[in-house]
Amino acid sequence: MSLPTTTRMVEVRTQVLKANDNDARLLRQRFHNNGVFVVSLVSSPGTGKTLFLERTLTMLRERYRCAALVGDLATENDARRLERAGVPIRQIITGSVCHLEAKMVSDALVGWNLDELDFLFIENVGNLVCPATYDLGEEMRLVLFSVTEGEDKPRKYPTIFNTADVAIITKIELATVTEFDREAAYASVQAVRPGMRILELSAKTGLGMNQWLEFLELRSAERSERLVVV
Amino acid sequence: MHELSLAMSILDIAGEESDRRGGAEIKSIYLKLGPLSGVIKQALISAFDLAREMSPFSKVELVVEEVPLRVRCHVCDTERELPCFQDLCCPECGTPCGDVVCGRELEIVAMEIES
Repeated sequence: MSLPTTTRMVEVRTQVLKANDNDARLLRQRFHNNGVFVVSLVSSPGTGKTLFLERTLTMLRERYRCAALVGDLATENDARRLERAGVPIRQIITGSVCHLEAKMVSDALVGWNLDELDFLFIENVGNLVCPATYDLGEEMRLVLFSVTEGEDKPRKYPTIFNTADVAIITKIELATVTEFDREAAYASVQAVRPGMRILELSAKTGLGMNQWLEFLELRSAERSERLVVV
Repeated sequence: MHELSLAMSILDIAGEESDRRGGAEIKSIYLKLGPLSGVIKQALISAFDLAREMSPFSKVELVVEEVPLRVRCHVCDTERELPCFQDLCCPECGTPCGDVVCGRELEIVAMEIES
């Protein structure tokens, strides 16, 4: 004879992403302690993340110590391209995983002395869906979309735009030939992330790159002040 | 397709809860899901059906409650429920509202256990 069983409800209150959130919290703490400003990049495939990052690293390395992690489903092509910028680069091959997780970032950082860095960039896998859900411990998340992708991209992928801090419109040198509707693009960003800062640039011609770097330096300086006050 | 890894996380958390209760059987898992969580309910349920087959809880049910998107309108000084997450504006006064009060949930709230 088996014992009678009873069914009951128990409150659990657990974040499904608690393991990732915990890893991300530890990373953020570590980045703060080491004084490294961490920027992550998300976009669709083909927006020009890698060229943008290559240009950013090449310009920034004159005055700051930089490094980058690059996530990709397969191949180390992006890392090889980025090595031309002359800063430490590591590739994270995710295999079939469509996004980076905080654990992959901490694993990829093994052996790097973060004290020796001012800026660390993390290029996520080209995907506007899955990366939205995973905190990587970054200080600033950039979402990039190009003038060739359509002005309504933010409204099509509201979650990723909503979790990002800054929108960057790339390939602005093609704005005229593609009849890019700037007003519509800005409205689309503001609809899903009111008040979001938008920057326009061309990594190819360099247009807007100085403004982006000034903005980045300002944000980094503000963060340092905030940490000192705390 | 990150739903499969989320489904596996949900089953891991169920496993921890079962262990904590001396190996109690988990009958169902209740999940709150917000429209800004980045997760599609149907995709998660399909992934869960697949993931549970490979777990010790092959019969466990996943019950998903979709919660609405609510923002705070600072002009009206009120919380507003929004019908659509592609337009974060106050439905009354039209002010853009970036202050999301709820809608990002991806949270296990309860489990039904047998003991």
